[in-house]
Amino acid sequence: MSSPVIELDDVTKVYPLPAGDVVALNGISLSIDEGEFVAIMGPSGSGKSTLLNQIGCLDRPTSGNFFLDGKNIREMDDRELTDLRLSSIGYIFQKFNLIPLLSAYENVEYPYIMKYRKNDDTGRVRDLLALVGIDESLSTHKPNELSGGQQQRIAIARALVNDPAILLCDEPTGNLDTQTGAQIMEVLSDLHRKGRTVIMVTHESEIAAYAERTIVIRDGRVA
Amino acid sequence: MIGNDIILALSARSVRLHFLRSVLAALGIVIGVVSIASIGMMGANMTLSVTEELSDMANKLTVTSYTGGGGGMMAGPGGGGGGSDSDDDEDVITEDEFKDIQRIVAKYGTAYTVRSESDQIEVGSEEGRATIYGLDPDIIREILTVEEGEYPKSTASVVVGPTLAERLDLKIGSKIDIGDPDEGSTTTVRVVGILEERGMTMDLSTDMAIIGTDKLFTGIYGGEGEYNQVNVVVDDLDNIDTVETAIEDELNKKEDTVTVQDSSRMTESITETVSTMTTFVMAIAGISLLVAAVSIFNVMMMSVNERIREIGILRSIGTQRAEILRMFIYEAGILGLVGAVIGAVASLIIGYVVVLGMVGTTEYFFAAGSLIYVPEAMVIGAAICIVTGVYPAWRASNLDPIEALRAE
Repeated sequence: MSSPVIELDDVTKVYPLPAGDVVALNGISLSIDEGEFVAIMGPSGSGKSTLLNQIGCLDRPTSGNFFLDGKNIREMDDRELTDLRLSSIGYIFQKFNLIPLLSAYENVEYPYIMKYRKNDDTGRVRDLLALVGIDESLSTHKPNELSGGQQQRIAIARALVNDPAILLCDEPTGNLDTQTGAQIMEVLSDLHRKGRTVIMVTHESEIAAYAERTIVIRDGRVA
Repeated sequence: MIGNDIILALSARSVRLHFLRSVLAALGIVIGVVSIASIGMMGANMTLSVTEELSDMANKLTVTSYTGGGGGMMAGPGGGGGGSDSDDDEDVITEDEFKDIQRIVAKYGTAYTVRSESDQIEVGSEEGRATIYGLDPDIIREILTVEEGEYPKSTASVVVGPTLAERLDLKIGSKIDIGDPDEGSTTTVRVVGILEERGMTMDLSTDMAIIGTDKLFTGIYGGEGEYNQVNVVVDDLDNIDTVETAIEDELNKKEDTVTVQDSSRMTESITETVSTMTTFVMAIAGISLLVAAVSIFNVMMMSVNERIREIGILRSIGTQRAEILRMFIYEAGILGLVGAVIGAVASLIIGYVVVLGMVGTTEYFFAAGSLIYVPEAMVIGAAICIVTGVYPAWRASNLDPIEALRAE
């Protein structure tokens, strides 16, 4: 339970703009161990989202090294990064981001099919839906027929389907009412108790309180 | 449950979600496929029916006097018109030449002489012009088919072609005065038979002609032992070239005295004309496919723009660029395929009507040479769709996932 699953070593991210370069991450270093539940906080414009994109393998650092599960992201091309997003990261978004054309079940199954090139015949999708508290009767519904809380539960199930190294949550309760938000946080806490590494970006301290450790970002650095 | 190819399923669902839009886009392809296929089929049917008609003459040769220019393609006898007694010795086949031809042909088939002249005629008070043929009575019986009446036996009786008969209201027993009364005496003949329609031929054009015995002809125009043309009928089609070469070698030994023509040149020329025309019209029809391509392009761009966020989601949870590309190419492909299949069915129906209307017969409609245009047009239609979908798909696959996720 002590090997770092995320390791940022002096990571810088600079966006070149005509008006001058914008330094979003300014030599940030941090390390997150396997099984941790970490909240990343910071005011808007602090570089929080940029850091999230780095950890989510949607972007590469301008300089410095980022290791995910021991692999250096900086050397990877788009194809390898995409593979990493598929297998090693479970992404949970503020706006749920389910695929509108797919049913609840299919949404959860999608990354599995992408990874294994076949339908799930292990019952994993069904089990995950049960785990996050989605009735089998709901599994054939399209996302727009479901409530926000239900959609976020399905999104969590989808994030877990390929057994990722980390669960990456971007304001997971931002679009939910307090009560539903609390329920979602219960699901995430439960996953953490079962050994999952959970990294969560939030600006609400009540939500951050669910985490064991809080990292505050300010001006592209760890404050 | 979803099939293994979830990417294809996503494309199909996207098409279904925007059903009306997709149908309209596919309709463009349908129209394009129908126009190309039916015009192609029309041309093919025209060519096939003309070729068939001409192949009836494939075993025939015409021998005319060499005039230096090689002779016109349709060098029918009597085409020269002009004065009635102006036959120059140079423009005719002599009795000796005919004997030579007959000797060469004897082994392979038969040869017969044709005399012809274009002259003024008068029926009752109606005047007109017609070609007058003089043929051996036995040959008339052998070569021509009388639809009504009988074959001419005496020098006073003739048979007439159906077009002429209709135009001048000729019946069995009608009297025709041949010759210009201002230039001399006229000869009165009686119609004893009306011929079957013969259509386009190069040996004898009888539909607009009066056919009498050679004695009647020489009685009016003179020219004993001189012929305008010698027609050769070869029994076995395989010998046609042998006969043609033999006649040319024998009669044109010292200098060119005769021109031998077969039907192949005419067939070639007509086929070429029809296919040039068809290609041209098909190119115009192709413009409709171009319009269809623009509408597919538009629909694909709309589909990409509407789904930027969805593309961002798909990319962020681990969908490769190539798979996004595939998803949109599939979408264009589905539109193209649906359009092409509906278009194919419609072209069979519309093509049949067009062929019936324009060619007059659907005898060759189901021939391979005609039906081939249906799959051809389908492939063109579907291919255009997919090619048109490439750019929108490429754009979709190259979206930055972070930017795409931010889209509303």
